[in-house]
Amino acid sequence: MEIPTQKKIEMLETMLLSRKFSDSLVELCKIQGKIPGMMILSTGQEAVGSGVCAALEPGDVIITNHRSHNHLLSKGADPKELMAEIFCKKTGCNKGKSGTLHLAVPEVNAPCTTTVVGGTLPIAVGRAFAQQYREESAITVCFFGDGAANEGSFHEALNLAALWQLPVIFLCENNLYAGAQRYEEHTRVIDLAKRAGAYGMPGVIVDGNDVQAVYAAARDARQRALEGGGPTLIECKTYRCRGHGETDPQHYQPRDEIKQWQEKCPIPRLSDELVSSRVISSEELKGMESRAEKIVEDAIRFAEESPYPEPHEALEDVYV
Amino acid sequence: MQKLGMGQAVNQALREEMHRDPNVFIAGEGVGVSIHVNPMFPTTGLLEEFGPGRVKDTPVSEAAIAGLAVGAAEAGLRPVVEIMFNPFFTLASDMIVNHAAKLRYLSGGKSSFPLVVRIKSGAGFGAGCQHSHNLEAWAAHCPGLKVVMPSTSADAKGMLKSAIRDDNPVIFIEHMGLYFAPMPVPEEEYLTPLGKADIKRQGSDLTVVTWSGMLGPAMSAAQKLSQEGIEAEIVDLRTLTPLDKETILSSVKKTGRLIVMHEATRTGGFAGEIAAVVMEEGFSYLKAPLRRVTGPDIPVPASPPLERFYIPGEEDLIKAAKEIV
Ligand SMILES: Cc1ncc(C[n+]2csc(CCOP(=O)(O)OP(=O)(O)O)c2C)c(N)n1
Repeated sequence: MEIPTQKKIEMLETMLLSRKFSDSLVELCKIQGKIPGMMILSTGQEAVGSGVCAALEPGDVIITNHRSHNHLLSKGADPKELMAEIFCKKTGCNKGKSGTLHLAVPEVNAPCTTTVVGGTLPIAVGRAFAQQYREESAITVCFFGDGAANEGSFHEALNLAALWQLPVIFLCENNLYAGAQRYEEHTRVIDLAKRAGAYGMPGVIVDGNDVQAVYAAARDARQRALEGGGPTLIECKTYRCRGHGETDPQHYQPRDEIKQWQEKCPIPRLSDELVSSRVISSEELKGMESRAEKIVEDAIRFAEESPYPEPHEALEDVYV
Repeated sequence: MQKLGMGQAVNQALREEMHRDPNVFIAGEGVGVSIHVNPMFPTTGLLEEFGPGRVKDTPVSEAAIAGLAVGAAEAGLRPVVEIMFNPFFTLASDMIVNHAAKLRYLSGGKSSFPLVVRIKSGAGFGAGCQHSHNLEAWAAHCPGLKVVMPSTSADAKGMLKSAIRDDNPVIFIEHMGLYFAPMPVPEEEYLTPLGKADIKRQGSDLTVVTWSGMLGPAMSAAQKLSQEGIEAEIVDLRTLTPLDKETILSSVKKTGRLIVMHEATRTGGFAGEIAAVVMEEGFSYLKAPLRRVTGPDIPVPASPPLERFYIPGEEDLIKAAKEIV
């Protein structure tokens, strides 16, 4: 099925925004005392969140993990509020409680970022169950990494979702590393998508640096789920171009491997196509880039200028 | 004397015990090849020294890591496994709580499970509540587990060596803040017993029972109190279970006052247990109501002002001391 031009442009925009967002964080997190906690980025993996979220409707839900920024921006989270939360400010989407690692944006149906590896999977089952229970025309997408597929929660969640034919997409972002472990050092099966068969659900392998392929796979899986066909496991093969976090020197990642994957960057892959097929002009592309840059600059300014929460605010929001 | 951070002290203990006993092996996420290249970290260099047969990098699978320890220990190996951050104890907890802690009892004393679960813990990193959550009271609530929380590098080394030689499952909790604070550690080989508290400062007016990351603030508060004529005795608990009641009670007998200080949250925290022991067995010693200085009952927030609000400090202890002395 053809991908509407508008969708392609939308995906390019969210990828550009995500890239500018993370590039700025690369620098900001080096400044002592500026951003607390671990800075975990998805540079080079933007096609996954952007492609998946472009296939969703606002009523669809995503549950995301520690590498969440691209997923959330693509789902429509406010960059200012995200940035302010990353800066741990009062104006952040979670009032400084969560910081960069646990951004929760229920307003755009991204209610939970969990950094407990494997934590997203059972929650997604519950969220999809609620959609089925209420007969909603909506699905849940669960983002997780290749490492997370080795938590017990993966097994329990996939089995239950398949058993009850829940409207959920298990979206494995296989970036070839889990911490310092290369994929084959933690998993014997060559394609994680193959595990789907063991649960009685379809497994799909996608080039995770091809945003259009990601979009198409998510759109199809969503359609099947809405028709009562149950869950799908989609494995997006991509690459973690930066360290696990920004303090990781990547001593275990071969330099030429990083370089090869940088050359497969999903952004020019789409923008080159759009420009060469004259869907957009190179001026329009520049315009899109500077708009993304402006959004990120505004977000940083907003975050910088915002106050920190007052200490006693720590006591708020534990109970309703 | 050499000065080591707690991570380095743990590293020495692991090294020495692995050289001494071929049954000792370590396993966990990133214990061999890690995303950190840091000589202050506990498992740095062990893979190079002992090889991949004894330094096992595992997938992200805490239940399997803990279960690996339980099964291997029953066979007579001495596993030392690592849980990367304290909150992930929950993923390993079935194997630890329902199995490591209970299987000896269930065998009528026939089996033993000589394993150590090392857990990195502590707030103060701006990482938020899914990385910072002190769960020592959960572990201490399980009969069959020993729970160790050293406060100094020297104790960490001596107690980890004892833990590895102990025939019981030991939960060994390291405060990451202490990894970067060099402290004296004896050069010669030594063991520090489990189940024995240590009086880190003598005092006559007030007993402060504390452990792990709170020893530092307690010691500095004691110095300030001393300038105002209040002499606090600092009991470094070191082991939560089995609990050294004797040292606590004899200190309270001497001072007549008790404060328990821990970084973990208040309700259901281990301070309550110590308070109960003193009320039951040392009520007559008390000249004033006891006090708890703890984290408030909230998850650890990420934002620096909120996290600072969370972590109990010197000032909180001084205030509590002045209320009861
Ligand atoms: C339960 C749990 N165990 C360990 C960790 C520490 N940790 C954080 S991310 C990570 C690697 C996860 O790899 P993967 O799922 O492939 O995601 P990626 O980081 O590659 O995006 C680990 C081990 C954690 N956060 N939660």
